[in-house]
Order: sequence, then structure tokens, then C-alpha cells
Amino acid sequence: MSDLATLSQQALDEVAASTTLAALDEVRVRWLGKKGLLTEQLKSLGALSAADRPAAGAKINDAKQVVQAAIEAAETKLAAAEVEAQLAAGRIDVTVTGRGEERGGVHPVTRARLRIESIFRQSGFEIATGPEIEDDFHNFEALNIPPDHPARAMHDTFYFPDGRLLRTHTSPVQIRELRKGRLPLAMIMPGRVYRCDYDMTHSPMFHQVEGLVVNENVSFANLKATLQGFLQAYFERDLRTRLRPSYFPFTEPSAEVDMSCVFCDGEGCRVCKHTGWLEVGGCGMVHPNVFNAAGVDAERWTGYAFGMGIERLAMLRDGVSDLRLFFESDLRFLRQFGAA
Amino acid sequence: MKISLQWLREWVDAELEPKALGSALTMAGFELESIAPAAPPFAGVRVAEIVSAAQHPQADKLRVCEVSLGEGGALLQIVCGAPNARAGLKTALATVGAQLPGDLKIKAAKLRGVESAGMLCSAKELGLSEISEGIIELPADASVGADLREYLALDDTVLELAVTPNRGDAMSMRGVAREVAALASKSLVSPDTTPVPASRGERPNIVLGAPAACPRFHARIIVDVDNTGASPIWLRERLRRAGVRSISPVVDITNYIVQELGQPMHAYDLDKVQGGLTARLARAGEHCELLDGRIVELQADMLVIADEAGPVALAGVMGGARTAVSAETRRVLFEVAWFAPSAIAGRGRRFGLTTDASQRFERGVDPEIGALAIERATRLLQSVAGGQAGPVVTVEETAHLKRYPAVSLRVPQIARLLGLSVSADEATALLQRLGILRQSVGRESSGGETLRFVSPSHRFDLSIERDLIEEIARLVGFEQIPTRPAQVAQVIQPLASAAATEQRLLDTLAARGYHEAIHFAFVEPGFQSALFPDVAAHTLSNPISSDLAVMRLSLWPGLIKAAMENQRRQQPRLRLMEHGVVFPVGAPESDRIAGLAMGPRWPEQWGGGREPVEFFDVRADVAALLSLAAPTQNIRFEAAVSRCLHPGRSARIVRGDQPIGWIGELHPEHVRRLEFVSAPILFELEVEVAFAPARQTFAEPSRYPQVRRDLAFVVDEDVSYADIRERVLSASSSALREVVLFDIYRGPGIEEGRKSVALGLILQDKGRTLTDEGTDRLIESVKGSLVAGLRATFRE
Repeated sequence: MSDLATLSQQALDEVAASTTLAALDEVRVRWLGKKGLLTEQLKSLGALSAADRPAAGAKINDAKQVVQAAIEAAETKLAAAEVEAQLAAGRIDVTVTGRGEERGGVHPVTRARLRIESIFRQSGFEIATGPEIEDDFHNFEALNIPPDHPARAMHDTFYFPDGRLLRTHTSPVQIRELRKGRLPLAMIMPGRVYRCDYDMTHSPMFHQVEGLVVNENVSFANLKATLQGFLQAYFERDLRTRLRPSYFPFTEPSAEVDMSCVFCDGEGCRVCKHTGWLEVGGCGMVHPNVFNAAGVDAERWTGYAFGMGIERLAMLRDGVSDLRLFFESDLRFLRQFGAA
Repeated sequence: MKISLQWLREWVDAELEPKALGSALTMAGFELESIAPAAPPFAGVRVAEIVSAAQHPQADKLRVCEVSLGEGGALLQIVCGAPNARAGLKTALATVGAQLPGDLKIKAAKLRGVESAGMLCSAKELGLSEISEGIIELPADASVGADLREYLALDDTVLELAVTPNRGDAMSMRGVAREVAALASKSLVSPDTTPVPASRGERPNIVLGAPAACPRFHARIIVDVDNTGASPIWLRERLRRAGVRSISPVVDITNYIVQELGQPMHAYDLDKVQGGLTARLARAGEHCELLDGRIVELQADMLVIADEAGPVALAGVMGGARTAVSAETRRVLFEVAWFAPSAIAGRGRRFGLTTDASQRFERGVDPEIGALAIERATRLLQSVAGGQAGPVVTVEETAHLKRYPAVSLRVPQIARLLGLSVSADEATALLQRLGILRQSVGRESSGGETLRFVSPSHRFDLSIERDLIEEIARLVGFEQIPTRPAQVAQVIQPLASAAATEQRLLDTLAARGYHEAIHFAFVEPGFQSALFPDVAAHTLSNPISSDLAVMRLSLWPGLIKAAMENQRRQQPRLRLMEHGVVFPVGAPESDRIAGLAMGPRWPEQWGGGREPVEFFDVRADVAALLSLAAPTQNIRFEAAVSRCLHPGRSARIVRGDQPIGWIGELHPEHVRRLEFVSAPILFELEVEVAFAPARQTFAEPSRYPQVRRDLAFVVDEDVSYADIRERVLSASSSALREVVLFDIYRGPGIEEGRKSVALGLILQDKGRTLTDEGTDRLIESVKGSLVAGLRATFRE
């Protein structure tokens, strides 16, 4: 039986000497396979007496188990080393830049408009649009601005030879919507508008958003709440708003909308010209003449309307100081804006 | 409107701290635009009298003056260069140590060898005028020795206010004073407008030739007027602070009345007027030389004042040159008229004219103020330039003067509109502060009170209930109105199932590298017509410049221009998109989304992508975009020719049977002409039809295995992939799931004029596992069809 001990030792030595999983597998087959050297030992049991067989068999099985355990241990070790080697060979420089297309972006004015639309939409406002080439009736007449009204001088209007014009504000959409007669209503009307004016602070094309709420008893108090709520939501700040009496032919009472300066929190700075306030739009209660022109019963319904410049809101939110950058399509400017 | 607080204090007895007053007026609707001192700071300047003036021994243009500061003090020797420095003149002396604007400190000096103990000052040197007209001439009764700031009351503040177009009544000292009095609950002080009795008999002959446009006309002749000198300093100072230049005593008085009472008036040199004056409409073709020297051609809806020889004024806008007053004028004819706003509005602007008079008349002037204004003007003129006044002649056609009926106010409407309850008594008290008086009280059947109010003549803007509610809101203060969210009924809005919202469209292209641009909707006519020859565009009558004169027919002109600009800015790789309407003639405005791609396929990076972007890259972008609304199998790209695209590299995009847009490479001719380094690829889609929501249906995936068979064959170059695909589809059974084009090859091994195409056919049956035989049959059928129909050759 000293043979068995020698054989076991020999097997264990070979296991220890195996440096690859393949070599180890060969060792396993040679010693423990069906015709393995240790397995073969079991055949010698036939020569023993029935009394001796169990003990001898147990010894051989023990020896096999020892070798099996050694193989398994070596296998685990070698497998780990092999993975280790694969990983080492597969190392890449993860600091190298990625490949493929870069992300583009949505224009800052569109981003501002979509943000305005989302805020109002989630508050139950519909969104309506209208044509950009308008007629005098919708752009002026129906909005209580008869020919030669002084307010027309403030709208430097682009005309076409047939008397039509490029709308100077989004207010004509109010008329178009009111004439549909679906009341009550709450809607905003964003869009492009045109004025014949081009300098540092004026673009001949710009964007406005108009709001209109008509119901049986909406009031100036409601208008204040809408504007304050909107501005706070848009700027994500607890800012103050102030309505200041003004004049628009299509609303009465009319007001300018001021909000506390977002740059200095109302302390006074260069942007707000040290007043602490920034003017962001106009508003008021819909004038009865506008309701009359649109076929709405001015006794039954009341309404409020407001209008704001989208470029201005975008500039104040994004800190863009030059209006002209918006329309120059300079990739170096546009690249700074991401998704809508 | 510039308001001197000193002047204002004469009208209203209230504490007027400038900043507080400015913000109170702002919150009452008169926005404070600026607040400035009436004169820049200076000190040590006193009223002095020139006792003698002698020629400087060394300099022709200098005089050596002996100047008195009064109280028996020693005379000071001052060297002065002003031509009007003369003995007896009272003027301003900056004494040694005086501090003048512009950080100028006065020291004793020697001018050409003569000592000078100070400097005699012009208005310009003291910051009181833009122009220098010699040293200041003070009235003979000026108290010598007095501090000039005190004497001229220069410690004054000027507020500049913006007046809205509905408040013509506030475009005067009197109008602003009325507002201030109402805001502060103070009473108004009125100037002396007691009639000046006639001491002469001359009566002007006035005819109302267009009584609807001019229903009231006051006139008066004043003779023996001396218009030779300058106006007195107080008058000039007042006008200066109001932003008006002093011209001559007569003209200054008319301007003063405009500023003070808001009544524009005009003075004629009676000796130059031929016969009487008629207020009438201009005759077509008539001309008038205006005071500014321009000769304008009058139009038939323009009101003029004419004498027997023709128009002498564009009524309510500007007087004429022929009858203008001058220094020699001795006999003055004052015109104080009321013109209907509709007769004046816009007329001056046709000549580019906006005057103090036109601004007021087109907004409306108090129809009752004229009678007072002409008396006030006469009184002031006599005190400034002397003269004997004739009687005031008033011609009017009262039928054409607007009546201002009482306006009803239903008290509950105040709360309904403002969201703030105001009682009948409170409303009455507030309106009373503006001179709007309650006439009667009634009660409606509903229980609410109805008040009737009468407005003063200057508040001709108040004609309906809403106007009164606005005034109440203004006086209560908008800040007193609560902030209260509206109670809105919940209405669920419909939402289209496959709504390709603008945000999704833009984000999809942005994720594929496109940056959104926004361009003007008007473009350069030549640039657009080069791209779209023979297509008419809307042309603006008054473009801002000739290169922004026609409305765009496509978003491409803007995108191509932007690409040129960016190439110039050394940004050769570009992916731009734009969304906006275009303006076809004779069709409705069309909402479009477009893109332009130019430069390398990928941004510069390691591992390739430096080849130029081509049609197929952009086609994939368009397909991804279109997949937002429609299943891809509904979209086709059909070879088609558009004038501005490469004829062999352009396609019309079709959804179902409807054309929805274009894609293609810019025509090589334009690429060359516009000096592009590489050819831009363009696309444009009509949003409404391209993204009309379609309800998509979905099929269950088959549970049986799929088989792929690849086919490689050679066809003629002009066989399109669409033809091949069509053949494959029609020769297959329903087991064909998908066709993948995985290679196109031209070159060695393939004959000239032919190309090798490799397709992967993915087959899968819904109900069973495909057999090899079945698959072979299908493939043979496809091959046969390709060979027979497209002259395809297969290599074994």
C-alpha cells in the first residue's frame, strides 16, 4: 500500500506543477479519469479478501478525494489567474474621448417659448396660433386701434402692396379665437411678430406670447395672480411683481408688468437701471370694444389679456445681453444651448 | 413731458419730494423716465453789474470791465471776451474761488497783461444752455450781489414723465398738477386768466371752412408789440426746463402756453397775412412752406389755415414760413383753435413731423381751455413785449363740438372687474378728486346702485363705465387690488395619440447633432430668386433694407446664408435646423421644419468619420424624424428634380401618396457660386402633413425561428434600389420579414456600368418553422424575378 501513498504524492506533485487549466485537466484525466492511475487502483481490490476490501477501497477513495480537492483548488486559482491575465490584456484608456455625433441643441428663444407653453399648459391653458401676414382688421381695427390712432405710431408696421401687413403683435390671434365663440377660454398665443425697427435693442422680427382668459367673472385680481404665478414659475424664484397703470387700446384698465430685478433681487443694479424693477410685459382687462368687434357679449363676459416678449424673458433667464445674437446663427453661440 | 418742480409748486400746494413724487406718478400711470437737477452744481456765481467796459489795450476781442457786486463794495476788474459785455448790463460773475461745472475753478488771472478778478459767464458755461450767445443778460432790476442760483431759482428738479396716448389732458403743467393734486388730495391753484380788456378795435376775420375738423377758433390782434429783444430770463428758464428753446418773446409766449395749459396756439405776423383766415381742408396739389423751411405738398384730408393767398399753416402741426413772426413783427394775430383729433392724427407723420402741437391735438385738447389760454397769452405777451390788444373773436359751430354726456357706473361692476369692493361713496369721493362729479344715484332692479357722473371738459377720454372703473383703480392704486387665482373649471383637453410635438421634433434632430437657428422671415430678393427662379414671393412695401425685402418661400435661403456665415467664421462643420412658417403666394402660410448639413460626417475625432456628409446620412436623420409620426414603411424617397438641388442627388419625400418635402444636395452651380468648401445637404418638410398623427398598429412577434439568406448579384447602374426592393417583395411570400441592403460595390471585378448589390433576406413564418425546401423555393423565386426583370446576374 505504500504504492498508493507514492502514487497520491506523485499526483499531487503533478497538480502543483500544472500552470494552465488545460494541463490541469490532463492531470485530472490521467489520475482520476475512468482509466486514471488512481481509478485503476480500485481494480486491484479484486485481489484482496472480502474482509480487507472495504478498508482498502476507502483508502483509495480517500486518496482520490485528496487529489480531486487539490485539482479543484488549483483550478480555482488558475481560472482566477487566467481572468486576471485576460483583463490585463483587455485594458483600454478610458480617458480617450468618445466617438460619434455630438448633441445639437434647441434655440434659446424656442427653449424659452416651450418653457412658457409648458407652464401655461399644465395650468389648463390652451395654445393657439395665427397667421403672420395679417389684415388691418385683426391687427388694429378690431383691437380698438382705428386708422390714425396715435398708438399706430408706436407700431412701426411692415406693409404689403395689397394693404395687408406683418402682424405687429400676437393680439390678432385673440380676435380670431374670440370669434370662434368657444367661451369660456384660457389660452396663450405665442408667435413671431414684426416691427420696422432695427438697432441694438430692437429686432425687426421677434417673439411674443399673448395670454387671454375669458369667463363670466374674471377680474383684475385674477390677472395679478396669473402673472405673478407665471413669472415665479418661469424664473423659479420667489420674485415680486408690480402692475403699473398704462394704456393699450385693447385693454382697460391697462398695466405694465414689472417684476423685481432677477439680477439684484430688487436692490438696484445696472440692468434694472437702479430701479429694482424690470419691465416684462403689458396687460389689462379686455376692452368692451374688442369684445364687440369679436362678437362676444361684453355684458356677460369679462376677460383679461397679457403680452410679453419672449426674447426678453430668454435674455433675463439665460443672461444673454445682446438681442442680435439670437438671429445670427453663430454656431459658437448656439452650441451653448442643449435640449428644449 | 418735462416738469419743473418749482413751476409745479405754483400750481399745487403740496410737499413735492422729487423721488417720492416720481414714484407716485409712475404708479398713477405717468412713468418717470428721468429725474435731473435743473442746473448742474456750481457755486460762487453772483449777479453783477458792468459799470464800465473799455477796450483791452493788447487784444481786439477782449474788454476790460469794471464790475460791481453792489453794497458799495470796491469795483472788480474783469477781462471779458463776450461781444455783449457793455456798461450797464447786469450779468453773472464767477468770483475768485467759484466752482463751475466741468470741474472749473476760478482763480485771479492775468489776461494779456491785465488782471482779472473772476469771469463773466455765459449760459453755456453755467450748464444752462447748449449754445453760447455771449454772457448772460439779466433784467435791469436784478438785485446786484445776489447769488445767481438763488436769483434764478436754479435749485430745482426736473422730472421727465412718459404720458400715454389716452392722456393728452396731462401733457401740460396744468394737467400734471391736476393729477398730483388728485393723488395728494390737494387743491389746484389756477393762474391769472382774467380777460384782458380790449384797448383797440381791430377784429380778425375768421371763417370755419371745415367745421367738423375745426369747430372753434379764438383769435385776437395785438399791435405795437416789441419782438426785438430776448425774452426775460424767467420765461427762458421755464422754457429751458421744459426742454423748449427760446426763440423770441412772441413765439416764447405761445410755447409757454402749450407747456402750461396744454393748448397749442400760433402767432402770425398780421402784416404778412392777406385778408382773413379760413380753417379749411387743403386742396389737392396745394403747397405750403413750413416754419422749418420745407415745402410740403398738401393732401385733401389735411386741415390748413389759409389766407387769401393760400395755406399759412398745416393746422395743428406747424405754422407756415410766409406769415412767421420775426424780430420786426409789430402786429400779432393769435390763433387759439380746437381741432378734432381725427383731423390732425397722423397728418404730420406723413411728413415725418411730430410737434408739440400735433402730439396734443391728436390726443385731444380740452375744448374749453382755449378761451382762457388766449387771455393768459395776451396778459403774458403784454408783460413781456408790450402791445395793445383788440377784442377776442370767437367763431364756433357748437353742433360740431363733442357733447360729453353723463356716464353711468354700476357699483357692483367695480368689484366684478377689479376683484376689489369699492362702495358707492368711496367711488364718488375718488372720482371727485379728479373733478368727476356725481350727478345722480339710482338703484337697479338687481339691487345694485347706479351712479351717474359728469366729467370735466379736459377728461374727454371718459365716455363709458369702464373708463370710470379704470380711474377708480388708478386712484385706489393697483397695488391695493388683491392677488387672487381664478377659479377655473377643469376641462380635459384632447391629446393626439402620436402627437409629434414641436419639442419632440426639435429634440430628435438635436440628438442627431442639429442646432436650431432662427432667421428673419424676410430675405434678400436676389438670393431667394437664384434658388427658386420664377417663383413669386410676397414683397414688402417698406422693407427695413433692400436685403430684407421679400418673404421667404422656404427655410433654405436662411439656412444657406447661415452656412455661408459660419464657413466664414471658420466653422465648416455644420448641422442646422429651423422651424417656422414660409409664405407661398396664393396659398396659406406653411409650417416647415428644415435642416442643413455640411462638412465631415462626424465631428473631428479619432477613428474616422472625416469623409464629407452625404445624402444618405441626412436621409437617415429625416427618416428618424419622420418615424415620430408615421411608420417608416409609409415613407418613400422618390428621385425628383428641384431647381436648386443636384439633379442626381435630390428626392421628393412622400408619405403614403402625399408629397411632404424635399431632400438633396445643393446644386453644384450654387455650391460654386456661393463659394462653399463642401456641398451642403438640405431637407425641408411640411410639418402639418409630414407629422399628421397616425395611429400605429403592432404585430405579435413570431415564435418560430428566423432564417437569413444573403443574395449577391450584379445589375446595371441605373437599376434603383427601390426597383430591386419592389421585385424582391413581390416575388416573396408573407414569410419575408425584412430586407437589409448591406453592400453596394462598384469597381474591379465588376463590369463598367454595373454594380454589385448584396441583400440579406430575413424570413420567418407566423405559424410554423420554415423548411429548407420552402426557403429555397422562395429564394429561387426572388432570384428568378431579379434575373428576368432587372437583368441581374448571380455568380455561383
